[in-house]
Amino acid sequence: MVTRGFSSGRKPPTDTDARIPPGQYLEQGFPVLSAGPTPRVRTEDWSFTLKHGPRPIKTWNWTEFNALPLTKMTRDIHCVTAWTKFDTAWQGVLVDDILADAGIEPPTAFTLALSFDGYSTNVPTQDLTAGKAIVALLYEGEPITPDHGGPARLLVPHLYFWKSAKWLNGLQFTERDEPGFWELRGYHIYGDPWREQRYTGDP
Amino acid sequence: MSDGPATQSPWQTVTITRIEKRTPRVTSFFLQPSRPFAYRAGQHVDVRLTAPDGYHARRSYSIASAPEAGETIELAIERLDDGEVSPFFHDIAAVGDEVELRGPLGGHFVWSDSDGGPLLLVGGGSGVVPLMSMIRHRAARKSAVPAALVFSARIWDEVIFRDELIDFHDRRDGFDLVLALTREPARRPTDYSRRVDAAMMEQSMLRLPAPPRFAFVCGSNAFVSAAAQALIDAGVPASLIRTERYGI
Repeated sequence: MVTRGFSSGRKPPTDTDARIPPGQYLEQGFPVLSAGPTPRVRTEDWSFTLKHGPRPIKTWNWTEFNALPLTKMTRDIHCVTAWTKFDTAWQGVLVDDILADAGIEPPTAFTLALSFDGYSTNVPTQDLTAGKAIVALLYEGEPITPDHGGPARLLVPHLYFWKSAKWLNGLQFTERDEPGFWELRGYHIYGDPWREQRYTGDP
Repeated sequence: MSDGPATQSPWQTVTITRIEKRTPRVTSFFLQPSRPFAYRAGQHVDVRLTAPDGYHARRSYSIASAPEAGETIELAIERLDDGEVSPFFHDIAAVGDEVELRGPLGGHFVWSDSDGGPLLLVGGGSGVVPLMSMIRHRAARKSAVPAALVFSARIWDEVIFRDELIDFHDRRDGFDLVLALTREPARRPTDYSRRVDAAMMEQSMLRLPAPPRFAFVCGSNAFVSAAAQALIDAGVPASLIRTERYGI
């Protein structure tokens, strides 16, 4: 349905168009969204735990985690609130390297990312491995600010950005695909921006 | 699933039935859905505009009306000069125009009177919109849940829904309005002439008969960060605080 009087004056040029998923617009800033107050997590209090169900596999403190290999990842990110930001530059630890340091193969096909504030989000394990995701520690070369999820946040750039959990404190392997915080509140279980999987019921 | 009904588009056409200027920068648009539309106070919708070449622009807007308000949905939209969708609403949209709408959306920043209280609401600028839906819902239900709204605006004439909020306050039925004007002197004895802070939150909570069971904070990112920290400093557990940010 064409809207009377609305023109495509803001339509991105065709060279960038191919990088913008359907229904998204290009944002130059870096908006902040969250369901609650911003937790202030001090690195001396920070820890990261890998779990299989309720059972901890391995826990790292900030120093130990920072000793893992750092990988650079520069990617476009897509927020379900419709903004897309190009070329965000992160550094962090590949989920593959976390698993290697723990000496395990992924034990299940599904994962919950867990946060200090109680937030959680589900991601199929295969979307976290094979170089697809990092636990980010730096944004544009600097420590990630609390508003943007520091000290550490998940980065799964090929899914809508709510999957890239802020204030991350663990990954939990689950037997089933267990919906997380937003997935229980009307948002899509998988969240592929290229298939525009925003809300429950989207194909 | 071959015997199921054809999948209905999540988008529906809505018609603008009324336009009401609220403040110099905020105007309410009353939309008539074409399909039944049930929602909860605090939820939002996505609005989609389509250009002749098929290009879409979509943005999320909170609902200002109460679920009990009848068939039309009220969106109160602030004009963002560098925006793409809000200038369309402010400069072009007219009664009788149609746009597409999806929703209701969001299952976190919601309240109904059966959830109980006390309820502490903190809004900055057009962040008051989803809180207004809750306040109107409370009034429509003749709810006894104690509630307070701390509403920060730059000046008196930018207090969205001002007369209606003062009217709710003056009913003295358990709802208190506290205005925090950041660029003008306070006009009402209950009001402040400064930005929100922990002392203001402490004093506002004294208007409630018990500590809040829910705190909802909505506004710009800077406002929500400051207001949520003020609530925490005033002793509200972080786990009770639900936030909604415009992002910027």
